[in-house]
Amino acid sequence: MRRDEVLQTLAKHRTNELVLTTMSVAQEWPAFSQSDYDFNALGTGMGHLPDMGLGLAVACPDRKVLILNGDGSMLMNLGVLVSIAHTAPRNLILFVFENEIYEVTGGQPIPGRGRANFAAMAKGAGFAHTFEFAELSAFDKELPNILKLDGPAFVTVHAGSSGKPLSTKALPVKAAARALRDALTRVQR
Amino acid sequence: MLQPKTIIEQLKKCGITHVVWLPDSESKFMYDAMQAEKDLGFIPVCREGEAFAVASGLWMGGKTPVILIQNTGLFESGDVLRGTALGLELPLLMMIGYRGYMEMKAGKQPFDTAAVYTEPILNTWGIPFHHIETDADTPKIAEAFKQAQEISRPVAALICVEYNE
Repeated sequence: MRRDEVLQTLAKHRTNELVLTTMSVAQEWPAFSQSDYDFNALGTGMGHLPDMGLGLAVACPDRKVLILNGDGSMLMNLGVLVSIAHTAPRNLILFVFENEIYEVTGGQPIPGRGRANFAAMAKGAGFAHTFEFAELSAFDKELPNILKLDGPAFVTVHAGSSGKPLSTKALPVKAAARALRDALTRVQR
Repeated sequence: MLQPKTIIEQLKKCGITHVVWLPDSESKFMYDAMQAEKDLGFIPVCREGEAFAVASGLWMGGKTPVILIQNTGLFESGDVLRGTALGLELPLLMMIGYRGYMEMKAGKQPFDTAAVYTEPILNTWGIPFHHIETDADTPKIAEAFKQAQEISRPVAALICVEYNE
């Protein structure tokens, strides 16, 4: 699978879920989605997107929160798998895009490449559901069911780089965070 | 004497909705007292840096979190503090257990260097702070919260002693 194919599939099935992205995905997701309920986090502290998603999921229990993390970012903060499983928000789905390299720094292999298994770690941490996809057709078929699950759920997608450059101009993170807060609290008002 | 009850009263006064925390040696009695509070959400984390990101998510979702960690965890949290609480200009009340403060204040050699670096680190980050040593200091917690709202930045309440029953 290529990352752009996965993102396109995700955008096709996404309805009103909050979507949080980071690193390469944060630069590419805006090519598929321009929603008030997207948060493309660049520079918020590498590895900490799942924790932000945990806070959002607790704050907004009536909305699904989709966290699109990278494998290198996940490795930086594996303890958060346990934190999420402990609080266990039913509306949280954590995706890890596994390409086995640090893509933005030149393609160096991540530690544990070919040996570490993220879905197994999430299961061991106590996630209610874990999935792993390497084929786009299977991902496309199962995703609607996954989006309906009571979570927390964890999904590894084995996806290489996108087929073409998709760099887009993301909002500065402060503006993006405030825009999302405004959109969510406007709904609550 | 610093009683959890008076701290919790201050948090309620501020409209705090969630406490994100990792236990430390200053906060055992606070932990017990908070567990009994039904009006506060309680989110434990595995490492202190997570607390800043969880608080950011809660804030984006319209909630009013406080974080409760030790100064040692503050040191660990540098990049995520930079990227979230400071980067998002979060009006966040941080309650920080100040390990080693009383020894340092008494002119004794602290157990380790945690106390030595606490205030210099906060000054470097540009984070205002207030010392909480007794129940008489607890109104400073609400003041710190109000200050955080006014300057749209994190403000620290340094818990200088262990809580007592």
